[in-house]
Amino acid sequence: MKVTVTINGAERSAECEPRTLLVDFIRTRLGLTGTHIGCDTTSCGACTVLLDGRPVKSCTLLAPMADGHALTTVEGLAKGGALSPVQDGFHQEHGLQCGFCTPGMMLVATALLERNPDPSEDDIRWAISGNICRCTGYMNIVKAIQHAAAAQRATAVVPEPEQVAAGASA
Amino acid sequence: MYPAAFDYVAPASLDETLGILAERGDEAKVMAGGQSLIPLMKLRLAAPSVVVDLGRLDELQFMSADGGTLRIGARARHADIESSAELRRACALLHDAVRLISDPLVRNMGTAAGSICHADPQGDWGSVMLALGASFVLRSTAGERIVDSAAFFTGPFSTVMRADEVMTEIRIPAPPPGSGGSYHKLERKIGDFATVGVAVAIELRDGVIGRAGIGLTAVAPTNIRATAAERALTGQAPSDALIAEAAQLAAQAGEPRGDIRGSAEYKRDVVRVYVQRGLRAALRQAREVSA
Repeated sequence: MKVTVTINGAERSAECEPRTLLVDFIRTRLGLTGTHIGCDTTSCGACTVLLDGRPVKSCTLLAPMADGHALTTVEGLAKGGALSPVQDGFHQEHGLQCGFCTPGMMLVATALLERNPDPSEDDIRWAISGNICRCTGYMNIVKAIQHAAAAQRATAVVPEPEQVAAGASA
Repeated sequence: MYPAAFDYVAPASLDETLGILAERGDEAKVMAGGQSLIPLMKLRLAAPSVVVDLGRLDELQFMSADGGTLRIGARARHADIESSAELRRACALLHDAVRLISDPLVRNMGTAAGSICHADPQGDWGSVMLALGASFVLRSTAGERIVDSAAFFTGPFSTVMRADEVMTEIRIPAPPPGSGGSYHKLERKIGDFATVGVAVAIELRDGVIGRAGIGLTAVAPTNIRATAAERALTGQAPSDALIAEAAQLAAQAGEPRGDIRGSAEYKRDVVRVYVQRGLRAALRQAREVSA
């Protein structure tokens, strides 16, 4: 069957069997190998992608379930050759050792900061609780996400003065 | 790991879904979020020849708390329940339990109704629904029937559902003011199955327990109610002695098996401790709400 997705902003179609797992569809049919296969049993989160903005485990979706939906993979994070704030945070705070869990961790972090620009450490640990780092580098992963959150807030669009005067409290 | 080959259909309406199941129900599996079914298929423990994906049925994507009944549609994901302020206000037990279901990524795909239909004795929602006295709406081309949660589970991964039926909705009697609930779960790590889980829902009326619901996870071939403990609580004024008695009765309700997660004796004792903690938390909440 034919499956069509919008992946990192571009529409792509490919033929596959219905039983094709989404992670294999992304890696072998679409050629985007930044999404990793770790445990293959819904435990580790190495295969995390964003489905309509929400992090999901792509080893536990069938490719046809994503038909007509929007996907983001690690390849979609950098814009115009510049690292995203989350990628830069992982770079600055040494948020990776072997790097295998990193794409999943960064996508989960990206989705978190989209919803919650100022997460507490608990919020961050909650967000990454479905992703395993087998190097156990969690401290630096948390720091990397905090770094990204601070950087993103610092560059956030500041409301015009007249909007503030009109009572915008956010 | 790959599932055995199957036909895949994603009907655009409930009527179309029911038509497919009327024809091919015996060889089909209905899939909502797939977070239980896909792992089973990958292990080849399930090998349906057709998978009927409810993913396009927006008509089942609803949650509401109007009037006397909370309604959760079959497409409502765990994460939707988790982020619903309306459901949290109406029934704290739902929010308490949902945060302990698997991990945040699985909760973004999996659904409460799908989990209940999967009927894993280690699943959490069944116990919550038993404690709340919920019922389930089952639809087929033959019509609709509403099954009480207490009559729904028949064995491990088995329910009263026929092959041509779809669970379209969960219905929960809205807990009245003066109610409280809590879910306690022992798991080795986030995302693991429950070693033991305990759902408690109580209603206080004039300082007396008017209704008590206790659901137990992972201590029997299905999620079960601790009925002797519920009876002991009903009509009584809460006290430490009453809580201890109910906890003792609940610990005897199941027939847990020793396994990698703990011995049978250990699991019984965790039930005893969690029923105590659950009752105290639920009573605290009930008093706050009625105060």
